[in-house]
Amino acid sequence: MVSVTSDPGAVEGQAHSGPPPVVPEFVIVPRWGFIWSAFVLIAVVVVVAVNSLWPLMFLHVTFGAGWTIVDLFLGFALGPILGRLSIPARVEFTARFMPKMVVLMPGLVAGTLAAGWQLSTHLGTNMTGAAGHGWVVASMIVVGIMSIIALGLLEPANITVLIEMKKPRPNPAVIERLMKRFMYTAGILGVMQVATLVIMTRLGSL
Amino acid sequence: MNDSEPKYPPFTEIAMGSLALIVAGGIYLSAHLPQHVSLGPAVVLLALSAGLMVFNLFSLTRVQGFAWERFFAVGKWSLLAYTIIAALIEYVFLQNHLSGGPLVVLTLSLVVFAVHVPSLVGFTVARYHTTLPAAVADH
Repeated sequence: MVSVTSDPGAVEGQAHSGPPPVVPEFVIVPRWGFIWSAFVLIAVVVVVAVNSLWPLMFLHVTFGAGWTIVDLFLGFALGPILGRLSIPARVEFTARFMPKMVVLMPGLVAGTLAAGWQLSTHLGTNMTGAAGHGWVVASMIVVGIMSIIALGLLEPANITVLIEMKKPRPNPAVIERLMKRFMYTAGILGVMQVATLVIMTRLGSL
Repeated sequence: MNDSEPKYPPFTEIAMGSLALIVAGGIYLSAHLPQHVSLGPAVVLLALSAGLMVFNLFSLTRVQGFAWERFFAVGKWSLLAYTIIAALIEYVFLQNHLSGGPLVVLTLSLVVFAVHVPSLVGFTVARYHTTLPAAVADH
């Protein structure tokens, strides 16, 4: 456990008194994360090679649902709650929550996209002239924008917060700034996931 | 922010612009399957994206006191992770018998992706390593 140096002037709008918040012990990349990543890798390789409808559909829908639910929950439920927590509670939550996001999300996203493209090829919906092709292109645009936001803002913020919290004297200003970025970005992705739900249900209704 | 903080180039913004260009190129190629499609626009987008990446990395070398050790310490693991993800996507392309010009363009796009994203992660970590008061006090 390490103490976060309390610098009230550095943390915008936060009046914190009492002992400095304590960062619980954590690892940046949990060991189960390697098992999860290996599982995703093997599952995608096997399912794409087999190229059967049900496994492709199962992988795409389950991983896609996981991705959508996490983004919606983070953006609309957890984010606003986290913003109202005290700094010690926020620090403890962050130390326990963010390592899970580091390993969970890349696997969910990579699995969803790889299985989704293969599924689209299998069904022929990514071919021009196919029914629903416009919706497939629309989904690619939405996913493309989401990927740029996630890779450009969310993932670097996630890693930086964890590395900052691993320091002997973490800087609360850095953690505060990047957690805000993380939560706002998650909110934007949550809104974009609504667009994904519209597109996917339209495709499923054809 | 404080007065002693070095001036950083807009690394994140440029990196996101670079990623947007290769994503646009990928969507352009994917949206025209299986028809023959002119590679010109995708090649231009890829060249612009790669150019932005080179410019971005070069601009970092101009920053005084940049925490390169931190940049590489984080960047190398991130590079490993994103290389595996890029390889997975490449595998899907090959399984779909993609070949010729489109395969070359998409493969090079994946190379830009697999280098620029880890650079972005490394930059963000290194940027906050030394700039704010408490972090400076760690040294």
